Amino acid sequence: MRGWRFFLPLGIFALFLGIAGYQLTQPKDDFVHSTMIGRPMPEFAMRPASPDRPGLSLADLKDGTPKLLNIWASWCIPCAAEAPQLAALKAQGAPIVGVAIRDRPEDVAAFLARYGNPFDRIGADDLSELQLAIGSSGVPETFVIDGDGIIRYQHIGDIRASDVPMLMEKLREAGR
Amino acid sequence: MRALAGLLLVLAALPLAAQDAMPPAPYAYRQLEDPALEARAQGLMETLRCLKCQSQSIADSDAPMAGDMRHQVRTRIAAGEDPEAIREWMMERYGDYVSYAPVVSRTTWPLFAGPLVLLGIAALLIWRRFRRSA
Repeated sequence: MRGWRFFLPLGIFALFLGIAGYQLTQPKDDFVHSTMIGRPMPEFAMRPASPDRPGLSLADLKDGTPKLLNIWASWCIPCAAEAPQLAALKAQGAPIVGVAIRDRPEDVAAFLARYGNPFDRIGADDLSELQLAIGSSGVPETFVIDGDGIIRYQHIGDIRASDVPMLMEKLREAGR
Repeated sequence: MRALAGLLLVLAALPLAAQDAMPPAPYAYRQLEDPALEARAQGLMETLRCLKCQSQSIADSDAPMAGDMRHQVRTRIAAGEDPEAIREWMMERYGDYVSYAPVVSRTTWPLFAGPLVLLGIAALLIWRRFRRSA
């Protein structure tokens, strides 16, 4: 009778196979998540990205009202796809401020004329500085910022219709 | 044929539409005037991971965001910041993902400890076998 040691290598192999098989069944998360949740927004002041809305600074976020901070750009196609959802959030009473990444005023104006303007303010982030400072890795992304300027939640990618109630709930949570 | 040509046009058009019209950041493609500072910046840029492209460093990537990251690295190095402090700043925001230099952390320590453990076991086995035959 061979001892258990004889089967040890096979057992280890089966273990690795099991781990690999288990990992294959797990959903893959390709997103780079911000590790700034629960931390304060940095000091910043951005010029207006479009002529008909003011720019954005830290003081605007610390006015006591929780807000959605939408990181977008006129050259970003999913940003156009999420426009109806931003409009729905706005209609439900969510204050939304925008940060336009690497964008020209005329392109921003054309985008807003075509897809609507749910933003109270839009700051221009020409060197992706605010984006890097809050750990955002692309467009579009939507952050929930509470009334003290603390980052409470990050949604990566375009907002789907099914995300709207969830974001409203996150906004309510940030107000408590 | 026409449909194929149309499809090709659409495929060719998408990457263009996904690019912004802004010029690259001032220090995205421009080296620092001081070669010593540029060398420090280059060393750091080669070990920071592009957030848009997964398997490229920001030194290798032409993504506009990587250009903005290079601009930030170069201006901060020029302002006298230590490269490792800039790496820490990035990792504070993006976690381990952003660093291409392997870091020992709560999740990565088995990668470093594993080979040492295996080497130890191998050494033990060899030692026992030699002792027996001697």
